[in-house]
Amino acid sequence: MGASVKTTYREAVRAAMRESLERDERVFLMGEDVGKYGGAYACSLGFLEQFGEERIRDTPLSESAFVGTGIGAALGGMRPIVEVMTVNFSLLALDQIVNTAATFRHMSGGQFSVPLVVRMATGGGRQLAAQHSHSLENWYAHVPGIKVLAPATVTDARYMLGAALDDPDPVIIFEHAMLYPEEGAIEDPGSGFDPWHSEIRRNGADLSLITYGGSLPKALSAAEELASEGIDAEVLDLRTLRPLDNACILRSVAKTHRAVIVDEGWRTCSLAAEISALIMEGAFDELDYHVRRVCSEEVPVPYAMHMEEAALPSVARIISAAKEMF
Amino acid sequence: MAEFRMPKLGADMTAGTLVGWTREIGERVNRGDIIAEIDTDKGVIEAEVFTAGTIESYLIRPGDEVPVGTPLAIIRENGTSPEIASSAEKTEIGKVHASPVARNLAEKLGIDLSAVKGTGPNGRIQRDDVKRAAKTVVVPEAETETGADRSLSRSAEKMRRAIAAAMERSKKEIPHYYLASTIDLGPALGWLERENAARPIRERILPGAMLLRAAALALRDFPEFNGLYENGSFTHRDEINVGFAISLRGGGLVSPAILGTDKLGMGELMAAMMGLVSRARSGALRSSELTEGTVTVTSLGETGVETVLGVIYPPQVALIGFGSIREGVTVADGGIRATKLVNASLSADHRVSDGQRGSALLAAIGRLLESPEELWQEKK
Repeated sequence: MGASVKTTYREAVRAAMRESLERDERVFLMGEDVGKYGGAYACSLGFLEQFGEERIRDTPLSESAFVGTGIGAALGGMRPIVEVMTVNFSLLALDQIVNTAATFRHMSGGQFSVPLVVRMATGGGRQLAAQHSHSLENWYAHVPGIKVLAPATVTDARYMLGAALDDPDPVIIFEHAMLYPEEGAIEDPGSGFDPWHSEIRRNGADLSLITYGGSLPKALSAAEELASEGIDAEVLDLRTLRPLDNACILRSVAKTHRAVIVDEGWRTCSLAAEISALIMEGAFDELDYHVRRVCSEEVPVPYAMHMEEAALPSVARIISAAKEMF
Repeated sequence: MAEFRMPKLGADMTAGTLVGWTREIGERVNRGDIIAEIDTDKGVIEAEVFTAGTIESYLIRPGDEVPVGTPLAIIRENGTSPEIASSAEKTEIGKVHASPVARNLAEKLGIDLSAVKGTGPNGRIQRDDVKRAAKTVVVPEAETETGADRSLSRSAEKMRRAIAAAMERSKKEIPHYYLASTIDLGPALGWLERENAARPIRERILPGAMLLRAAALALRDFPEFNGLYENGSFTHRDEINVGFAISLRGGGLVSPAILGTDKLGMGELMAAMMGLVSRARSGALRSSELTEGTVTVTSLGETGVETVLGVIYPPQVALIGFGSIREGVTVADGGIRATKLVNASLSADHRVSDGQRGSALLAAIGRLLESPEELWQEKK
């Protein structure tokens, strides 16, 4: 680890894209409002002026078309970064991602790979209502042939993109919209940055809070509060949602004997469900209490602030789930 | 007052572990009711009670391993009045409420969970409770395997040991002789096909049931093959309870008995066989099924071997084997005819019977199979 620099998650995403665009001629950015407007979350502010229209391409509201174009460009030797404004909108491009990007290596008998990176915002908390607020990471994590990353820290926001572009296969990066203004220090990873494993963000002995993305800050706050009540919680940041780092999850549960999974997706058929099953299969005899899940309520995310807050996982819900185990 | 004692659920069983009680104290039970689950070398067996009455008290707790014959429960027989029990004896034996890791650790450390006080949610015993309890208990040194490894391999190992003990005893003690002969199954299978055509799919009869019935019916006239050789002498049994060898998916085998095999019609016998197989594989055999066998039939089914020469299951004195049913020819009326054949074999105890009678027994089985009308008669 070298020197650390204080910045925001948004700045880190921007720095990552700028570096990739500068480093490799084949990289270009494409998506709705990424050019003139500077990106819906201002992640590409100033890019159009710096890199020009050839490499910073505004697209129509046509997710299927521009994700498909990205796949074509990747097959043609480019290294596209496609930005989809929210995961809700990505459903229009689901066919391109699931039927084409994920299958091409297989369907071509290994002759073609699709080195495509799709970045998309995810999650609620901004009163943007039911068509802009969902967390559908599990839909993608379900599909063989694609990889799924969820940077939760500024360091991961800064370095996961480069690792994703280096990957020969399609990688989807989920950026939780509530994280963009989060501040933190970018740790210089040196040459050893690896996004394909989970990290323990806080060591603990009594309980594992297993989470990712936008729920990580909530889990860390909950862990601090639990510590004041004498419960020493470990916080595990998944980072990679496909493939999951099974070994890290099982190691943590074997150490603490209790697991609460915090996942902003809906509970039914969620990533939390998958991780829970994984723990049953790999660490059943280590459990001191059944696995608990803190997920979103099974409703479309509401608009009204108090209702939205009630629907999403909260620090209070994590604490109450954790305390039930003792 | 009657005592319900640890049953002997196999010739070589010396001790058993109580898994749990299936009835509550104060409940009325009838002869044949299942009141406990006992873990033995053959897996978990449901133990039946032989006294009708009311359960007065339990004398051991789930998890306790005790020798065969140890009193486990007191049953007040019908028509007697309750005794005044001292309050100290009225310990309530409840289900142990403990987490997986607590159970795992308790087993590793040799801690009796029923004596551990749980401090978790709803009084659940958690890992820390076991650790606290362990501080006051001397840990046995022999335990070196990890709990997970052991629980996985233990039941298979125990069963292997039980089979080893029984088979070793058999070959050491029983002077076996072996006979085999080939039976033309053509007519019987033809009959079976016509019979099955008229039955719903779930009630179809498999050839194995036919073989078992033939063996059971034939044994009626050969008492020296149906019984037990114990303490230096043979006792014939009137009832014919054919033990039926079932291989288990996890390895090993059991041979639970079908009580009164010869008295069951073909359909009843088929249902009994299916029931035994599924209960043997789910670990829900009854104690009488494991102790009441008087003779064993083994049928290796479709594994392809022509003849099976079995090892007698002591203290029984005979084992009848059927190889796989195969295509073959038979010579009749100076010509040859394609048909289905099966090799029947007999392993018998020479202390009790001789080859002449054994050969006659195999011939009787052959006659029954070659004249299906008689085999299918529902004679009781």
